[in-house]
Amino acid sequence: MCTVCGCGAAAKLPLEAAASAAVDGHSHSPDHHHHHADGGHAGAHRHDHDHDHDHDHDHDHDHHPHAHHAHDGPGTVDIMMAPAAAARRRVRVEQDILAENDRLAAGNRAVFAGLGATALNLMSGPGSGKTTLLVRTIEDLRARVPVCVIEGDQETSFDAERIRATGAAAVQINTGRGCHLDAQMVANALPTLAPPSGAVIFIENVGNLVCPAGFDLGESARVVLLSVTEGDDKPLKYANMFAEADLMLLTKIDLLPFVPFDPERCSAFARRVNPRIEILPLSATSGEGLRQWYDWIERRRTQPRPAAHPGWG
Amino acid sequence: MHELALCQSVVETLRRQAAVHHFARVTNVRLEVGALSCVAPDAIAFCFEAATRGTLAEGARLELLRLPGEAWCLECDASVAVAERHDPCPRCGGYRLRITQGDEMRIKDLDVE
Repeated sequence: MCTVCGCGAAAKLPLEAAASAAVDGHSHSPDHHHHHADGGHAGAHRHDHDHDHDHDHDHDHDHHPHAHHAHDGPGTVDIMMAPAAAARRRVRVEQDILAENDRLAAGNRAVFAGLGATALNLMSGPGSGKTTLLVRTIEDLRARVPVCVIEGDQETSFDAERIRATGAAAVQINTGRGCHLDAQMVANALPTLAPPSGAVIFIENVGNLVCPAGFDLGESARVVLLSVTEGDDKPLKYANMFAEADLMLLTKIDLLPFVPFDPERCSAFARRVNPRIEILPLSATSGEGLRQWYDWIERRRTQPRPAAHPGWG
Repeated sequence: MHELALCQSVVETLRRQAAVHHFARVTNVRLEVGALSCVAPDAIAFCFEAATRGTLAEGARLELLRLPGEAWCLECDASVAVAERHDPCPRCGGYRLRITQGDEMRIKDLDVE
């Protein structure tokens, strides 16, 4: 279970561990965020060969006064020669925690590029109207663009069934206790989905404004949905999600007369955490703003970004 | 966010490193965690214990090396300190900032035997 957002993760855990993890509750700060490692990061850390491990940690073995290091090749492994800890050594790793996910995401990105497909990672809190917008979008686009969908939910295949009712291909991923999609799940879904070349692939992430932000799926762009029934301060409360997004869709704007939601304030907050974010207000019910959304998708299809998330990191 | 998933990813990296560097046990793990990253220190310490149970890193100590947040202000053309992602530039009060440090989540090194 994800102890921060309380939404559960990691089906591979032993039951005992999962049970104890579930004890922890909801207590996270809103500043959750992750940038994927890129060349900039790697470079920043590559040269700090500080051999400080004789001094800066307090394991309960004694450091012999004559301890010294034998450097192994380019300095990836230092061997402590202290007799008291002959077998103990330090291994330099210098790797992003999510390096494996990022590697798989790069594989997905290559598959999408090979197909000339555009993958959009749709993220939001639960109930923002992702599936409703998708159904409407597919109905409006599928005559001229091949569209398919990867649906992520903790349980049920209701959403995939709603998508399939439009005639579009959809694969449902149930994450169980997992609170987000990761690159491996998307990689697993692709052979079943078999997207046609030139397709727009919508990846509907698990409804959650926290965890999905951290996981690159190999998408071409990230779209965050925020409905006007949710509150206009969400971009500051969940800054990491909005900091990573290419586009914010303000959904359900047909309800604006009935809710105290200030689109200008919300947009200003979103730009505060992400000066490059694009913002489109729309309603899947009234149809207002859908034209601009479809134009945005079309621009993504015809002008794909050259590199994966060049603004990251 | 998803500290347990992160810790499982750490354990997976430890297994790979063990195969490459031929060690059987991990006694200490140092993570570099940026102040603007999505890692909540208490949560990751808790999850680390759960995720390492029954693995080569069972009982290992987890050290978190906190890196402060830094950003490049496009107005000031200068590097400035930021405590939160939505903080304004401390010099000009603007928000045209590009984060340059503080979002790290890296495994720095391991003590192994």
